[in-house]
Amino acid sequence: MIALVDSNDFYVSCERVFDPRLEGRPVGVLSNNDGCVVARSAELKALGVAMGAPMHLLSPAIRRQATLLSSNYALYGDMSRRVNLVLGEFSPDVEVYSIDESFVGFAGHAPSRLEALGRRLRETVGRDTGIPVCVGLAPTRVLAKAANRVAKTSPALGGVCRLDAESAATRRVLEGLPVHALWGVARRSAERLALMDIHTAWQLREADPKRIRRAFSVVLERIVWELRGRPAILLDDLAAPRQRIMVSRSFGRLTGDWRDLQEAVRQHGARVAEKLRRQGSLARAVLVFLRSDPHRLGERQYHNSVVVPLAGPSDDSRALLEAAGRGLAAIFLEGVRYQKCGVMLMDLVDVECHQLSLLASRDETARGRDRRLMTAVDRLNREMGRDTVRFGLPRQDTAWALRCERRTPRYTTRWNELMRVKVR
Amino acid sequence: MSSPRPSLARVPAAAEPRPAGSSQPLLGCRVRAGFPSPADDHLDVEIDLHAHVVRRPAATYFVRAEGDSMLGDGIHDGDLLVVDRSLEPLPGRVVIIAVDGEPTVKRLTRRAGRTFLEASNPCFAPMPLEGRECQVWGVVTHVLHALPGAAP
Repeated sequence: MIALVDSNDFYVSCERVFDPRLEGRPVGVLSNNDGCVVARSAELKALGVAMGAPMHLLSPAIRRQATLLSSNYALYGDMSRRVNLVLGEFSPDVEVYSIDESFVGFAGHAPSRLEALGRRLRETVGRDTGIPVCVGLAPTRVLAKAANRVAKTSPALGGVCRLDAESAATRRVLEGLPVHALWGVARRSAERLALMDIHTAWQLREADPKRIRRAFSVVLERIVWELRGRPAILLDDLAAPRQRIMVSRSFGRLTGDWRDLQEAVRQHGARVAEKLRRQGSLARAVLVFLRSDPHRLGERQYHNSVVVPLAGPSDDSRALLEAAGRGLAAIFLEGVRYQKCGVMLMDLVDVECHQLSLLASRDETARGRDRRLMTAVDRLNREMGRDTVRFGLPRQDTAWALRCERRTPRYTTRWNELMRVKVR
Repeated sequence: MSSPRPSLARVPAAAEPRPAGSSQPLLGCRVRAGFPSPADDHLDVEIDLHAHVVRRPAATYFVRAEGDSMLGDGIHDGDLLVVDRSLEPLPGRVVIIAVDGEPTVKRLTRRAGRTFLEASNPCFAPMPLEGRECQVWGVVTHVLHALPGAAP
């Protein structure tokens, strides 16, 4: 059996842990640059605020009532880590699927005891982290996802729902579940399924897998098997190291300033290089892209990207940043106001697989020195806080710095932002 | 991993006594020339204050105290508190508790079947919990008080 553990309104829940006054009040968390609402408490949903609603379109009445916060990713990341730490006590087999969802393998437990285990897991996560979670138990991931949905929407279940492959309850749930609400079914596929008279998850389960595969894809066929209770989506499918890594961001305001772009590319490049080293890969090429704001009428439109190959596979920030800088110089156009830029590392290879040719191509001591330098940079940035060591000197008040006026303190990752408690 | 072939049984078990003169397993450490250190047989791991204080990392949070109503428990204004959310809020323990949404540090006590929040400073009267909206946030396990010359 597999459990899908999903945090309820995760970002909002994180904020509430450290500010109990937010409990029971409408709370929203805004996207990067405070653009639109990306997380809503139940109370904010009840006010009719839609997911993704642009902040500047919210009525003054709602803005007065609701607490709208900038996203505090340092906090959400740390709370997610804590939740998964607790999950690790329940099973050696925890796969983090997203910041607020993890699959937990429960192989070898008696089915009759699973619900009690799920409840204990839920209580322990709640006690240790303050984050409310729901647990969906099922023999496959797709069913676990559906079970989780039931757990979330039926308060009577106490946050835990189990769906067996063959049961009347499972049939009832799947009959009430439209296909587009299934994990892994895109909206376009759902529209085409409707033409085949397949509207509910149950109808999809009963469809001929071979026919589904011919008409759609092997992925949708696997979903049919999963709905029947046969695991078809592998645990390792998502765990493989990523083949490309990207960091991109919108500027807080449009900018045509060369130095703004240079700094943004340098910053994104440094971040993406850090990610590269964390997953133990080397990149063979660097892609830089930039674009103007396509939704801004009357603005000169331009978008471009360039791939800069590296002399050899590398994870050295200096080599990557140098390549990114050359790429930017090649595509930068004077007189355009840019909205977004980013750096992607491509053609990744494992450090281990590549060790031999590296030693052949470069002096071993120089290579070791570079490696130690990068390790030291990463460690300083991890332990002393982001941007302790930077490449080049960014200016203050640059256009690309994130807008985050309403961000709460990073309670768990910064010494000078700890939660303050009155002792009165 | 395991082969079903019965020939496996012929492989000698590791625990079998080795015949005299056969090769011995290598020692798992580097052999140095010169005198051995007299401490080698008594190697311990480094003392780790963090691990000592943080028993349950997922549930442990650091918070900053503001105010002086708990001086009797050694909590000064500006001290760093170690809070374990996984511990039970038993009477006698110092807890962080949100009263009407406002987190505060107090000692839990029980007298005559009623639960009170007590400060350890006589200027503050005990506060009965009944009829109040309150939620225990965690149990304070340690206080880190910086003396002159130390970083706060």
